[in-house]
Amino acid sequence: MEDGQEARPPNQGLKIVVCIKQVPKGEQLEIDPVKKTLRREGVESEMNPADKNAVEMALGFKDEHGGEVIALSMGSRSFERSLRMAIGMGADRAVLLSDRALAGSDTTPTSYALAGTISLLGKIDLILCGEETSDSSTGHVGPGIAGHLEIPQITYVTEAKVENDKIIAKRQVEFGFETWETTFPALLTVKFGCNRPREPTLSRKIKAKRGNVIQTWSAKDAGLDESKLGLNGSPTIVSTIDTVELPSRKGELFSGNLGKNVSDLISRLVRDGFIRG
Amino acid sequence: MDEFDVVIIGAGPAGSSTAYRLAKEGFNVLFVERSNRPGSKNVFGGRIYSYPFPEIYPDFWKEAPIERYVTQENLVFMTESNSVTMKFDSSSSEGVSTQSFTALREKFDSWMAKKAEEAGALLITGTRVDDLYWENGKIAGIIAGPDTVRSNVVVAADGVVSDFAQKAGLRRELTAKEVSVAVKETIKLPKETIQDRFNLGKREGAAYSFVGSATGYLRGGGFLYTNKETISLGAVVNSEDLSLQKKEIFEIIENFKLHPFIQKLVRGGKVVEYSAHMIPELGVNTLPALFKDNFLAVGDAAAMVINHGYTYRGVDLAVVSGISAAEAIIQARQRGDYSHMGLSSYPDFLKKRGIMDDMNKFKNAPSFLQNARIFTAYPRMVCDFFDRMYTVDGKGKEKIFDIGKDEMFGKVSVLKMLRDMMSGLRSM
Repeated sequence: MEDGQEARPPNQGLKIVVCIKQVPKGEQLEIDPVKKTLRREGVESEMNPADKNAVEMALGFKDEHGGEVIALSMGSRSFERSLRMAIGMGADRAVLLSDRALAGSDTTPTSYALAGTISLLGKIDLILCGEETSDSSTGHVGPGIAGHLEIPQITYVTEAKVENDKIIAKRQVEFGFETWETTFPALLTVKFGCNRPREPTLSRKIKAKRGNVIQTWSAKDAGLDESKLGLNGSPTIVSTIDTVELPSRKGELFSGNLGKNVSDLISRLVRDGFIRG
Repeated sequence: MDEFDVVIIGAGPAGSSTAYRLAKEGFNVLFVERSNRPGSKNVFGGRIYSYPFPEIYPDFWKEAPIERYVTQENLVFMTESNSVTMKFDSSSSEGVSTQSFTALREKFDSWMAKKAEEAGALLITGTRVDDLYWENGKIAGIIAGPDTVRSNVVVAADGVVSDFAQKAGLRRELTAKEVSVAVKETIKLPKETIQDRFNLGKREGAAYSFVGSATGYLRGGGFLYTNKETISLGAVVNSEDLSLQKKEIFEIIENFKLHPFIQKLVRGGKVVEYSAHMIPELGVNTLPALFKDNFLAVGDAAAMVINHGYTYRGVDLAVVSGISAAEAIIQARQRGDYSHMGLSSYPDFLKKRGIMDDMNKFKNAPSFLQNARIFTAYPRMVCDFFDRMYTVDGKGKEKIFDIGKDEMFGKVSVLKMLRDMMSGLRSM
């Protein structure tokens, strides 16, 4: 961001972008045993769970400091559903970046494209992303956007607050928590489950469906270089995906004397190498 | 505060048909559905009678998500070990019958809701309406969570329990005697297996109703319908009988499923869905009021159901009542009066569409069906009759007349049977 290092003028509210992906519903996911890819046809989709926490965090900032929350997504027109949900929860408007040129993008073109779109949304104070998506779990895109925009980032955030011209965030690491602070603009990736996302209300849902609140942008609208998009711009190659076949149970039953059963079971487990004798 | 001409609570067939008709007429309509997808919470046996649809939706036969056209009707009298089937076959060479069809509610209800949206109605899903909004003692909209939406008319299309018909003061809570409990399993089988087992063409479907041991001889019946790749199997049982006999509905369907007749039909299938539902059994004599100032009830919420033992009708009546309510609202707008007076053509439209006639004709069906002999003595009688008729054991063959005399006169008095037959014929 060109004017990235400027201090945020006080009392103006926060302009926040939340990045959202629509993913297949977890409980309905199956892997095609032949094609070894996720079966996406006929599977219901929903807003990525961690992104809901990001929307909630953004709305919490807006409740406290005022400002504007813009939901941003990249994908097919059907992704409007998740954007409408974000507006139903309280976001003010949404932008959907949708273009055939983007099909097949891995996290590299995705972060480039989202960063490009954000840079055209005016002066942004905060960008929030979910920590990772439930369908591919890379966690690349948030940090990728921060990299392209050359702004500070704090990942895996569970709590955050704004104090004057700083943002203070608590992040979860392997053995505990760290607290960091940074200046605006900044990007946070938000930990799944760190807050309780609010339910969309009826009149906000009416607004989301009726009002002209979702803009659809093409790659050209976002000023993107098409050679960097889609499959061509994606360095990832998926060579193979393995599925784990669970072994079937033997269904052996030890019956009779309880004490004997237990010792029989233990000696069997030792014999088969499941426990050490 | 948001404002609409009409707010409809529920996007099932009743709500969606009301919304569709009104939106076509230029009304500003909101219809609010509790589930995330219309139909995903709705339960029915599996068959829809088609007569009201083509007039309302000109491209109905091309567009609607129909599973199979019912070309085969079976009535089965059943004891634990035997069964007698009466079969009516109406398949044409094209394998299409326009009488009735099987459908899956999630697909069918979503399609109806989509038609209403295309006509201009606004559908909001995943929202529970909490209450009616009142102004000066009159219904003036709805309340959901923190929000109020105002409207000239509220239509309750919220199903059998209809909180809103009760909140509006149209009806009281149903008693146990006035409801039946239905359970249904959806069982997945390959398309070809279904077609082979039931002797069906590609688009043909079978409908079965079962009397007797299907319900453990309680008042009610079993049903089976074939979809493209699933079978709907279930039973409807009077809830008073269940509590008197201390039986659970799930035991009944488990036993029903174990009957050899059913076993052969569902063998190898995988249960993909299990659902339960209540059915109002009021009969027109005890029908609740259908409307009041600024408010109408449609579909199950208005107890628009006809169940007379071997046909179960609900979705068709829901649609007809939805359309009739919409027409009454259109007239009310012309008069500029949404009061009870202004909406009073609702029952006239129902009559015009023959629904009140149907409901009247079958008004005694509930009391006829209250007669336990139909579900206990008669199925056994029919099965035993055929059992003896076809038994050859070398001890000398009985005359059919004698078997009949024995079977019938031994179990129920002639007078009682004649009386049951007469009352049955009259109420059907």
